[in-house]
Amino acid sequence: MTRLTYSTRRPSRTVLSRSRVVADAQTEATNRLVWALTLVVAMAVFLGGLTFFAGPGRAQSDEAAWQSILKRADGQEVFWNAWGGSDTYNSYIAWVGDRVKEEYGVTLTHVKLSDTADAVRRVLAERTAGRVTDGTIDLIWINGENFKTMKDNALLYGPFVERLPNFSLVDQQEKPTTVLDFTVPTDGLESPWGMAQMVVVYDSATLAEPPRSMKALLAHAKANPGRVTYPAPPDFTGSTFLKQALYELTDAPGVLLQPAGDNFDDVTAPLWAYLDELSPHLWRDGADYPKTGTAQRQLVDDGAVDLHFSFNVGEAASAISEGLLPETARSYVFEGGSIGNTHFVAIPFNASHAEGAMVVANFLLSPEAQARKTDPRYWGEPTVLSMGLLTEEQQQLFSSVPSSPATLTPAELGVTLPEPHPSWMTRIEETWLTRYGS
Amino acid sequence: MRSGEIGNTWLRIAPALTLLAFMGPVLAGLTGTLLPAFGYLPGLGGTSLSIAFWGDFGDYPGVGSAVWRSFWTGMLATVLSLAIVVIFAASWRGQRVFVWLHRGLAPILSVPHSAVALGLLFLLAPSGWIMRLVSPWATGFERPPDLALAPDPYGLVFVLGLVVKEIPFLLLMMLSGLNQIPERQSVTLSRSLGYSAMIGWIKIVLPQLYPVMRLPIYAVLAYSVSVVDMAVVLLPATSPTLGLLVMRWFNDPDLTYQFLAAVGATVQLGLVVGAIVIWWGAERVVAAFARPWLSAGGRGKLSRVLALPGLGLATLAWGLGAASVAGMIIWSFAHRWRFPDALPRAYSLGNWVNKTDGLLDPALVTLVTGGVAACIALFLVVSCLENEQRNRLNPGRHLLWLLYLPLLIPQVAFLFGAQALLVAFRLDGSWMAIIWAHLLFVLPYLFLSLSDPYRRLDPRYRVTALSLGQSQSRVFWTITLPLLLRPILIALAVGFAVSVGQYLPTIFAGGGRFATLTTEAVTLAGNGDRRLIGLYVFAQSFLPFLGFGIAALWPLWRFRNRRGMRGLV
Amino acid sequence: MTVEPNNSGPGSALVLTDISLALPDRMIMQGFSLTVAPGEVATVMGPSGCGKSTLLSAIAGTLSPSFVLGGAISLLGRDLTTLPTEERRVGMLFQDALLFPHLNLGENLAFGVPAGLTRTERRERVDAALDRAGLAGMWDRDPDTLSGGQRARAALMRTLLSEPAALLLDEPFSRLDAALQERFRDFVFGHVTERQLPTLLVTHDPRDAEAAPGPVIAFEDFAGA
Repeated sequence: MTRLTYSTRRPSRTVLSRSRVVADAQTEATNRLVWALTLVVAMAVFLGGLTFFAGPGRAQSDEAAWQSILKRADGQEVFWNAWGGSDTYNSYIAWVGDRVKEEYGVTLTHVKLSDTADAVRRVLAERTAGRVTDGTIDLIWINGENFKTMKDNALLYGPFVERLPNFSLVDQQEKPTTVLDFTVPTDGLESPWGMAQMVVVYDSATLAEPPRSMKALLAHAKANPGRVTYPAPPDFTGSTFLKQALYELTDAPGVLLQPAGDNFDDVTAPLWAYLDELSPHLWRDGADYPKTGTAQRQLVDDGAVDLHFSFNVGEAASAISEGLLPETARSYVFEGGSIGNTHFVAIPFNASHAEGAMVVANFLLSPEAQARKTDPRYWGEPTVLSMGLLTEEQQQLFSSVPSSPATLTPAELGVTLPEPHPSWMTRIEETWLTRYGS
Repeated sequence: MRSGEIGNTWLRIAPALTLLAFMGPVLAGLTGTLLPAFGYLPGLGGTSLSIAFWGDFGDYPGVGSAVWRSFWTGMLATVLSLAIVVIFAASWRGQRVFVWLHRGLAPILSVPHSAVALGLLFLLAPSGWIMRLVSPWATGFERPPDLALAPDPYGLVFVLGLVVKEIPFLLLMMLSGLNQIPERQSVTLSRSLGYSAMIGWIKIVLPQLYPVMRLPIYAVLAYSVSVVDMAVVLLPATSPTLGLLVMRWFNDPDLTYQFLAAVGATVQLGLVVGAIVIWWGAERVVAAFARPWLSAGGRGKLSRVLALPGLGLATLAWGLGAASVAGMIIWSFAHRWRFPDALPRAYSLGNWVNKTDGLLDPALVTLVTGGVAACIALFLVVSCLENEQRNRLNPGRHLLWLLYLPLLIPQVAFLFGAQALLVAFRLDGSWMAIIWAHLLFVLPYLFLSLSDPYRRLDPRYRVTALSLGQSQSRVFWTITLPLLLRPILIALAVGFAVSVGQYLPTIFAGGGRFATLTTEAVTLAGNGDRRLIGLYVFAQSFLPFLGFGIAALWPLWRFRNRRGMRGLV
Repeated sequence: MTVEPNNSGPGSALVLTDISLALPDRMIMQGFSLTVAPGEVATVMGPSGCGKSTLLSAIAGTLSPSFVLGGAISLLGRDLTTLPTEERRVGMLFQDALLFPHLNLGENLAFGVPAGLTRTERRERVDAALDRAGLAGMWDRDPDTLSGGQRARAALMRTLLSEPAALLLDEPFSRLDAALQERFRDFVFGHVTERQLPTLLVTHDPRDAEAAPGPVIAFEDFAGA
């Protein structure tokens, strides 16, 4: 019903873009004063930092600089704003808190967000109110569009990543997404701490042969009405599903790495044709969608739907051990590769405890923390580090992590498709909303 | 004498101060919402006024149906709740079943809206408890059917959730209103004139009662039209209300959506005002049509027809509320509970043993925030009421409207702007900010709960005590307060329960640094782990329940040897 | 707030001079004067709404601010109209005994005893009063378990313990049954005479007026006057 009402409207995308243009014009015209102020403060901070880091001897080594950061971090309380919707992840963050307290005297407070944009908005509100120092946020778990927003609005501290000793262990060659976040260069403004790749989770007891391509998925939905769904965008799992479908369906996947332009309608036309065909066979006839990725996992456990899309490679194994999925849950990836990305931590420009935040970011990159993150009992996702750069002892940490039949090996994970430029996601979400949403 | 003077001075300025603490921030918050709605938000480059964003608002997909959905679900929920409460009270007032059901419904007051919503979803969903109880033996379903039961495309489950939550509140408000009018005499008189008890109640008692209940009804209406935490759980992802759209825009990574969010919050304000105006108009119409009926002499042969549905619906509301909470509590002890098992296949205390660490901090924040806010509110309310008594002022109806403002204005409409204000004064994320934000909502409810018993206390007790030569303050401490111990404790418990249930104020004023049981529960709701949600629903409901328990039992124990206190206790 | 000991002695009359009472929209009473001598019980009778209770409120100082009071009320040589209720030394008895339900009987009476006495002295006064009221040994009783007559007597004793200089009786006998009424009336009037208290009695019952040692004032409906 709702869809009929809106299909007669002109797409709202153009309208929203206009608003953005208006806002942009206003921003350019009027933001100079704010910019000037920010610049003055940034200069002051920068000069202060310069005298601090490169100051006295100017020949101070990286090691000595890091030592002085450690010294200043000792006793600081770091407020880490991180999505808090997963109990498993929350426990991991709590463990990080214990370790940095022991090791560096940094008190870590996990500010649990239901949406990372909360933190972005907060930093913005603080800048609006002229709060250019001692902000309330020290560290943000971030990537993609939120990162782009903060970078574009100069809301970030740094570049700081090169100062972290453990960053040298990151596998920038094989895992280019550790420095290209949704194709946007990180420029040292955010530090990677985990690799994500979209996997599909299903219950092998009810489904012998799961669909391994978008075409097979459509056939499966037609044969099993109501057993296929995906989370409603802008939930990031739902958006990723759409991008995954776009990769497979479009003729020219290469353009997705460039910002979306006039080619948007042409490039995405096969996606909408596919969804138009799929929707009537979806769960609830496509009139409702799970609100989050984890809500869809619940539906799989209930047996209401067959497939759960997850960005966590170890999801099936950790959910089984938590009692959230049956023992028979297994995961797989679509043929032709699945979208992967990296998630990061960044420091707001006005962080009160930037040193403490850097210490935490560095610890997240340590072999100890990374190895634990690959363990499905604690998180279960691939590391950002390069095994080749680790000592034998450090590699041992990784190889001793137990494996699970529910988790795919790196070989089984296959090709990682890079995230399209964020502009694709924004416009796909808007179009989806117009066609299938509210 | 000196301290007495200070006390008196305080009492005189208390009402003004209370209103100031209220009106200032609310009005400032509203301004902070209205300006961005018209394009003024310097932080995002909006430095001149424009109405451009109103066009964007109108063009956003589905905004029209979202506004309409907000309106009709809120209206329907309020009409249904009120109708059920009135019919139930009219037909069963004065009978034992009324007392039983009223006692049964009272604990649902202490269960936060979000908890009821989460419980109801599990109860009614195609994979939910009711379906599990009848599957597969009766339905043949081995897997949950793909039926849109909850959430349903029409939003009826959402309306149901609101009704379950608002019935106990309206019933409480009705009972407090009934104390202010000669109910029994009216009913006895009309029965002696040959009216059935129910029709007598509706024709004589209800018209006297309604003016007293008007403000609480408007509060319910405003809340239902703008609620966010219940809607997010009980409505389909594709059928949001305006409140949900505002939150979606507010949360959008693209910051230009902030303007849209401000427009949405302003429209939300207009929607609530519009709903109240329409309701007010409907009151006039109903009154005009009902007036001839009142004296037309009909004595109600139909009353029996309505009595059973009245009882049935009230019982149903109670049953749904109770089963919702019960289901979630069972979940908190479950390890595996898959469809179609009627009860968990495997139980585990793991949830309680391993997850309570994470529960302690939010529980503490909830306790401190609610406790302090309720105590401050009690102090202010008692000051105002005592001032009224001492100076024998007539309770000001207009003042009450001002006090109700935070309940009648949708929360997003002024919290949005208030947050900017807090950030500017660097108060965001402070205890002061969060307690103040809670106070805005705690105080009106506490006032609502305490003002009637306070004013109804036989004034001759005070006069007698004064004429015995005791000072005003001694009479207050030794006579007024002990006599009102129970209503005071209940008011405290009400205030505390209101604070526990607050979602948006905690989010906006807490700067993300304060996690309460409610914010944690709503955050975890997206996580889909029903066992953990169950634990939080339990904790969320238990704390306020404990408060009400203490309020009910302590005076009983304290005055166990005072028979005359039983009417008051 | 302390009440001075009862050293001003008997003999102070309650004097109402040229009392007028008005609401913004109507006059309730005008030019009313009355002197109640010590030990005398002046009875005020009249239909409901004639202003009897308002007059009592005016004397006790509990008048709602919407009333405008004119004239003078004097007791012990002081003008009461500007004093707060608790400093007027005007005791009151109502239809109901109004024993405080959260206190026991002894505590109720002790509530009336002026401050500044030792614990033992207070105790002695209350015990003596209980004794006079035929309630000896009942300190710990829950007031709600007393009979109607016991409650009425306790209420009077509580008032007398506060050492009032005048007494206002607002239909104090009307809730009691006939036999009790007479006994309690004698009990009250006996104490009034003994303490030489100027007393104002508001009642509907002609038998009260007959028994009262003093003048009877019949109020018409003043609204029209």
